Amino acid sequence: MSANENRDQFRPDDHENDHFLLTTVVGSYPKPKWLNRAKELYQDPDHSFDEDDYQEALDDASRLITNEHERAGLDVVVDGEMRRNEMVEFFAHRIEGYEFNGPVKVWGHNYFDKPSVVNEVEYTETWLVDEYKFTAEATTRPVKVPITGPYTLANWSFNEAYEDEEALAYDLANLVNEEIEKLVEAGARYIQIDEPALATTPDDHAIVGECLERIVKDIPDDVRIGLHVCYGDYSRIYPEILEFPVDEFDLELANGDYDQLEVFTDPDFTKDLALGVTDVHVAEVESVEQIERNIKKGLEIVPPEQLIVSPDCGVKLLPREVAYGKMGNMVDAARNVEAQLDAGELDLSQTPTPADD
Amino acid sequence: MTEYVSTTPGLFPLPDFAKAELSALKGHQKHDLISGDEGEEITTAYEKGRDAVITAQLEAGLDLVSEGQLRWDDMLAHPLAVHDAVDTQGIVRYYDNNNFYRDPVVTGDLTFSGDVAAELEAASSLTDSPLQAVLPGPYSLADLATDQYYGDEETFLEAIADFLAGEVEAFPEHDTLFLLEPSLIESAPGDGIDELASEAIDRVAQATDAPVVVHPFYGALEEKVYAHLLDADIDAVGFDFVTEQDQSLYNIQEYGATDDVALGLVDGQNTLVEDPEAVRDRAEWVFDRVPVTDFETVYLTTNTETFYLPYAKFEAKLEALAEAATLAEVAAV
Repeated sequence: MSANENRDQFRPDDHENDHFLLTTVVGSYPKPKWLNRAKELYQDPDHSFDEDDYQEALDDASRLITNEHERAGLDVVVDGEMRRNEMVEFFAHRIEGYEFNGPVKVWGHNYFDKPSVVNEVEYTETWLVDEYKFTAEATTRPVKVPITGPYTLANWSFNEAYEDEEALAYDLANLVNEEIEKLVEAGARYIQIDEPALATTPDDHAIVGECLERIVKDIPDDVRIGLHVCYGDYSRIYPEILEFPVDEFDLELANGDYDQLEVFTDPDFTKDLALGVTDVHVAEVESVEQIERNIKKGLEIVPPEQLIVSPDCGVKLLPREVAYGKMGNMVDAARNVEAQLDAGELDLSQTPTPADD
Repeated sequence: MTEYVSTTPGLFPLPDFAKAELSALKGHQKHDLISGDEGEEITTAYEKGRDAVITAQLEAGLDLVSEGQLRWDDMLAHPLAVHDAVDTQGIVRYYDNNNFYRDPVVTGDLTFSGDVAAELEAASSLTDSPLQAVLPGPYSLADLATDQYYGDEETFLEAIADFLAGEVEAFPEHDTLFLLEPSLIESAPGDGIDELASEAIDRVAQATDAPVVVHPFYGALEEKVYAHLLDADIDAVGFDFVTEQDQSLYNIQEYGATDDVALGLVDGQNTLVEDPEAVRDRAEWVFDRVPVTDFETVYLTTNTETFYLPYAKFEAKLEALAEAATLAEVAAV
């Protein structure tokens, strides 16, 4: 019997090593240039390229990137979020109660259509079920579904309707729960909640915890729930986050060259660790050897049974060939470390014993 | 009798046409941000934007008109970001916002620049209305920057103050100077530095004959910092009553206030547009709770800069402020 059934349900039947370090991605992937071109044509009122044509392009892109993840050898794949424009906008367009008033600055000439919540938020249509079903049909591998978390959806919106952001976040958490129920009905087994806003306001970790309680309500235990938090000071949310009702934390650590690793050594990391082993802000492909060294950093925190291998964050800003190169080398490095573990070549005396839960 | 003046702390959102045009002309990467020696096409695009935001303020009926600071890609760090003795490095977070600027690393002597004076010259050629100059306060500008030249915190703060004072001396005629000091709240100065921060502000304030408003925001000042700030020779302190009411009131109740005051009553970071009467009522609510009998001038403003807002909402906020000042003036008569 597996030491970590929740994770190992995604282990391929023909996995080559005894040890298994699940390889996956955070979600976003560079869009093919032709897809951006197709979008421009679709938005051009004078062009005959219509809704159906654009939908076909999105389907093609989704198949293509899912397949690209397969070719890279990933155990769990995503469609690279080809149908999504931005991580808040995409959901706000599908949630009743939001309106859009125009672009706002993030930095320089980078803008986003920051939405305003003007009424109580309501669930009226599914957000990701079609995306999930399409991707699941396009591959034989397990598919992960990334969803922007309610705290980030609240924090990165203007709040015109709620007493405070906390109340808005809880209402949104109930909607996320509803969506996950529908995803699970459709067959999804691996959900990742993205909460980058937690990094900017770490004192709100209790609000995020309460959101997660609502999110997982009545979701079967064997559905894997991960939480992705990136680019922040983890010491301000650890060890409190260990109380969150999730199976896995997906953390960005390669970018800071593991300078925050120490944070997770005391107390013991009792959840699964999806370790960022490649830096998405460096447009050069790290060598297999380098990524192996990074993976071994994770073994200082958790035993192999609790380790997942992943990039720091979404890779959508990288050149596509670089993104692909990083995925491929990441998988090779994971398989090499597994083989070293099988052969007993790694000294795991620094590694904690597997957590009881 | 109290005079009510509607204004803003500047740093406006670009009009949507200028967002699109400048994105196309400049690009989206770090090295595409403003350099201070931009070419004709970019200059022209900014001129159109400046014209639009000045017109928007005049149409709204604002009492004090700002240049808009549309070129300030790096927000309050702008005056350093375009300086020759500064190397702009990594993209860093702007306070606790989901906004970023280039870390300005000071590598040499902060000599006179004239960048902001040139913007004000351009603005004053577009309107005869009272003009408001806007600068980061010396403490905030030093806090947003990295020093690799002056050596210690005290010397650096003094150098920044001298630099800003030199810039102000080159300004064309202006009717007020707003010094924005969010860092006084967000990374409050400790013992000793709080006094120096006040002296640095004093140094900049001496460089103009116009009334000087020091406007901290994202909360309220610690009482000691506020007490030191009152020692500076300034005309008004601003209060962010949107974010923090109790501590703002406490400071005034406990330590008194300048003869003039700026009240940040309209939310610069939320699209919900305030009702002008509610803004007027909030001003009265403040006056009912402070010992000051009569402020000479009350500046009604947004609590923060307004670049956080979509452009149409920014325009609506200007109208709310102008209307609130008119209502308050009528009530005062």
